[in-house]
Order: sequence, then structure tokens, then C-alpha cells
Amino acid sequence: MSIHYFANPARFTRLAGRIQPWAGGLTAVLLLIGLYMALVEAPADYQQGDTVRIMFVHVPAAWMAMFCYTFLAVASAVALIWRHPLADLAAKASAPIGASFTFLALVTGSIWGKPMWGTWWVWDARLTSVLILFFLYLGYMALWEAIEDGQKAGKAAAVLALVGAVNVPIIKFSVDWWNTLHQPASVLRMDGPAIHSSMLWPLLIMALAFKAYFVTLLLARMRMELNLRRIRAMRLAERTS
Amino acid sequence: MFQGRDIACERGERRIFTGLNFTVAPGQALVLQGPNGCGKTSLIRIAATLLKAADGALTWNGIDVAENPEGHRANLHYIGHQDAVKGALSVRENIAMWARIRATTDDQTEAAMAAFDIAHLADTPTQYLSAGQHRRTALARLVASPAKLWLLDEPTVSLDQAGTACLQQAIAAHRAKNGMVMAATHIELGLDDAQILQLQPQLMTL
Amino acid sequence: MNIFLAIITRDLLLAVRQGGATFLALVFFLLTVTLFPLGIGPEPAILARVAPGVLWVAALLAAMLSLDRLFQADFEDGSLEQLTLSGLPISLIVLAKIITHWLTTGLPLLLAAPVLAILLNMDNEGFAALLLTMLIGTPALSLIGAIGAALTLTVRRGGVLLSLLVLPLYIPVLIFGVSGIDAAVHGLNAKPHLLLLAALTVAAIPLCPWAAAAAVKLSLE
Repeated sequence: MSIHYFANPARFTRLAGRIQPWAGGLTAVLLLIGLYMALVEAPADYQQGDTVRIMFVHVPAAWMAMFCYTFLAVASAVALIWRHPLADLAAKASAPIGASFTFLALVTGSIWGKPMWGTWWVWDARLTSVLILFFLYLGYMALWEAIEDGQKAGKAAAVLALVGAVNVPIIKFSVDWWNTLHQPASVLRMDGPAIHSSMLWPLLIMALAFKAYFVTLLLARMRMELNLRRIRAMRLAERTS
Repeated sequence: MFQGRDIACERGERRIFTGLNFTVAPGQALVLQGPNGCGKTSLIRIAATLLKAADGALTWNGIDVAENPEGHRANLHYIGHQDAVKGALSVRENIAMWARIRATTDDQTEAAMAAFDIAHLADTPTQYLSAGQHRRTALARLVASPAKLWLLDEPTVSLDQAGTACLQQAIAAHRAKNGMVMAATHIELGLDDAQILQLQPQLMTL
Repeated sequence: MNIFLAIITRDLLLAVRQGGATFLALVFFLLTVTLFPLGIGPEPAILARVAPGVLWVAALLAAMLSLDRLFQADFEDGSLEQLTLSGLPISLIVLAKIITHWLTTGLPLLLAAPVLAILLNMDNEGFAALLLTMLIGTPALSLIGAIGAALTLTVRRGGVLLSLLVLPLYIPVLIFGVSGIDAAVHGLNAKPHLLLLAALTVAAIPLCPWAAAAAVKLSLE
């Protein structure tokens, strides 16, 4: 079965329609279990108290921020190299989801930082890198919006996504470099001792819940985009017939 | 010999034409005809490799153009809707500059200006020219450096009768030297013996 | 090679004839730097402390502002498609235009930077490093910027979008550039910073023209 098997939009829509409720259900179940374990079962941290529970949202969101960008870059590469017609759709659909996860990671990080560092924001290497990642998402989405011709927009955005993907490690490295030069002494490091299993399990389940949520949203957005394209094609047909 | 086989074109998720075949032999001319929106400009841009065909292949003496697109581009002159003439440069500078960029060893700038009757404007910055003189400056590129294939998209726009006559002569001279011409035009260009390629507007399909 | 040089000569001639662009970039550079003492106060010690960063940020913005003209004028009057038909691979055409962009913006900014460094009371130790980081780093600004300029070619009023696309990619250049000067000012070894900056520029030389060429090709279709 070639990768073009699901290139047929109708076949994809049917398959996506079948998967989507399951992914949605999985999201709900995992989220319920994960939240219960994170908020009720997991012990409070002996140093940070209940604030540590923000981690169960913050860390999976930060993982998703990276995951979505990787997904976007891979989908863009598939769109550019193999011209798979659904790949640029998948890339486009994943961008706002990734941007939202990135934003969530930034906001929860900031809320977590207030009790930990006594300030809403520090120019910590990780926060700064994630902020820049957020800008990359915004640029990608803005480029899609700005170019009117859908096919051109897709290819241009794919080029940008690949350039961004090459740059993400360089940016990360440079920000780490910058941060070691300007390291304020008072900042508490978060990567302390190895995490205890009572915290690890809820963290992993929450991460899986976020992944399932990503799949649900991605399929929904791709189906929506396909429908929009069909509407556009029909309008075009009406106008010219 | 320049050929296109089974050329299809898609613009903005819309099929413009499919299954188009054409052949231009040395010394021959091919005139594209058809109503607005039937894809004359697109076909010429495909022939210039500025636009990618949705399907089909172009061949130059039997060899696929896609194997060496740069070589193909160096073999052709393209006159599009825009003149590519810089207002800050004089007529001579504009023409000579394009001849240099075509890496020609045989710079015919003066002859080109004479052919389009703009030699008296040679040192005038092109921002002071009329639309017709501007167009002649653009067309003079055809003569200033040699190329086997001329792709002309409505080359007579804003030309007066004298200007059109200049172009007719240039095309005749080009064909006499075994040059090829592919043109989209609705004006008589002394191409009575040309082949006609009639393009039809496509019916919409989803 | 002849075509490559012909394109550079052409663009330089046009830059001289049409003028203005280099001058505007320089004035913008000067003005932005002037804003900082007005914004944060004339205290010489503070200015000396922030000078490397201010100079680099201002130079980066000045280089970015002139980017939208890199391909735009040629795109609008049809010259860009004619250039791609010259028989030279598009990535080399893009590289020729990047070189011209550096000669008409990066180089003048580099030459103006020491004067502005004096105005900001920068430490004498930093001048060599300032020139060196600018010499190594500004080509990367032109190279990376070309991608943004090519991607926004078909966008009406693409200037703001261009900055959104390009500025995040400029961050490593800024960081290594400023940290190189800072190291020199503090009597530390500036070499690792300079080497990293050079690595960025060297990596950008083959990659950026290639990506920008893909974007140019797209906008001509």
C-alpha cells in the first residue's frame, strides 16, 4: 500500500470520520485518569507543595509544543518531496494546535514560576526557547494566511517550516549559550533529582491524553479544511458554468 | 525542434487545459489562439519553464527539457506582459545589460536598437519613454542576444503600426536564420504560414 | 560566472542610480541607536554596558528593513523572471542578489558601527570584536533574510510578515555577535563566539540561497 493510498480525500474523510470518535473517547478517558492521578493521588512536593501539580499540564504541553513542530516539519517535507496532497493539509492543521500547546506551556510555566521564582517571567533558557518556538508557529500560520493561492501558500509554508526545523536546534543551542553567559544566580533549576514514579505515571498518562487530543483535533481540522476546499471548488464551478 | 506532448495545466486547483500537443520546427512559427482564460499565457510560461505543467513533457530535439532546464532557458527568449525595463537605466544600458546577462559573445545591442527604431533614444532613461517605446526596448532584447526559440506573449501590446512592422521584420529575420517562434497574439504578425494551435476553454469539473 | 558577475554589476549599478537604499539603512541605524540613550538615560556606564547589544539589534533591524526590496522591484517589473531565464541556476541568481544586498547594506552598517560605538561610550577593547562580529555576522543576515524576502514576494504589504518570519531566525546571529563583543570587552577570549558565528554564516551560504530559490520559483508560477 503506497503512501498515496489515503491521498484520495473521500477515502481519507471516511477513515478519519471513523477514527475521530475513538480518539476523542480515548482523550476523555486518559484525561480523567491522568487528572485524577495528578490532582488527587500524586503526593504534594515537599518543597513546592501543591504548585508542583502544574507540572502535569505544563510538561506535557511543552512536549507537545516540540512534537507538533516536528510533525509539521515532517508533513511539510512529505508535501514538498512526495507532493502528497494531504500532507500540506496535515501541516496546516497541526500549526494552530501546536501554537496553542506552546502558548499553554508558556502560560503554565509563568504561573508555576510565580511561586517558585517570585516572578511571572524569567529569561530562562527553556522559557526563551519556547517563546521563540511560539513565534515560529505564528510566522508559519501568518504566511499561510497571507498568500491567497492555496497551493502556493502550502508550498511556501512548507519551505518555511523546513527552514524553521533546521533552525530550531541552532536557536536552542544559541539560547543555551546565551543563558550560561547571563545565568542569574538565584534561579532555581527545575531538573532536580530523578522524578518519583508516583509523579511519573500521571505525567505519562497526561502526555498520552494530550497526544490523543492532538489526533482528534488534527483529524477534525483536516476534515474541515477538505470541506472548505470542496465548497470553494463548487463556488468556482457555479461561477464559471 | 521544440515539442510538447500531452501538456496539462492547472491554475489554482482548476484545470485550464489537458492533453495539448505541439511541435515547432526550425524556421517555423506557432500561433496560439483562443478566448481569454483558455491558457495561452500559461502555455507560453510552461514552454519557458516558468510554470510547471501538471502533466506531460517538453522536449528539445527529442531530449526532455526537465533534464537540463538551465540549458533550455539559455536557448530561449521570453517576452511576457511585463517589460523588465529599468527606469533608472538608459535604453542602451537596459538592452546591453540583458545581453550581458545572457552571456552572449556577440552583443548586438546597437543592431537591436536599430531594428526597433529606438537608436535615437539610446541615452534616454527609460522612465521618460512612452509605453510603446518602453515595449520596443523590451522587444529589442530579442535581437540583442541570440536565442533559438522566441516565446512571445501578446508582444504587440501598446505598439503602434510602425512598431508592429519592426517586430514582423525581426521575426522574419529570426525565422530566416532557422529560429523558432511561439506566439500568443491576435494581431497579424506576417505569420500567414504559421501553424495555429486553437485552445478551448475547458468545462469545469470538480 | 560571467552571468553571475553581470547580475551583481547590474544590481550595484541600479543601487547607485536609484540610490537612497544604503543611505536610508544608515540613517535608520543611526536613529535607532540614538533612541537608546534617550530611552534609558545618558549614564555613560550603562550605555557602555548595553552598547554591543544595542548596536547589533539596530544593525539587524536596519538590515531587515532593506530586505523587502531584495527581490520585490525585480518581481514587479518582470525582471526577476527574465533573470531566472538567464540559464544560471536560480540559487546562484539569488546568491548574486544576496551579495549585492550585503555590499549595499551590511558593509555600510559595518563601517558605521564603530562611530556609533563611540557615541555609546563602548569600551575600547570591544572595537576590534565589533568589526569582526559584524564582518562575519552581517552576511548571515542577508542570507537568512533572503528566504523571508522570497517567501513574502507575492504578499501585499509583506513587510510586517517579513519581520515576523525573519527575526526569530536572526536570534542566533544576534546572540553570538553580541557575546563575542562582550567577551572582548570583559577581557575574555572572544574566539569561540566568533567561530560559532562563522559556522552560522558558512552553513547559511549553501542552504539559504537554495531555500530562497525554491520560494522564488514558487512566486513566479
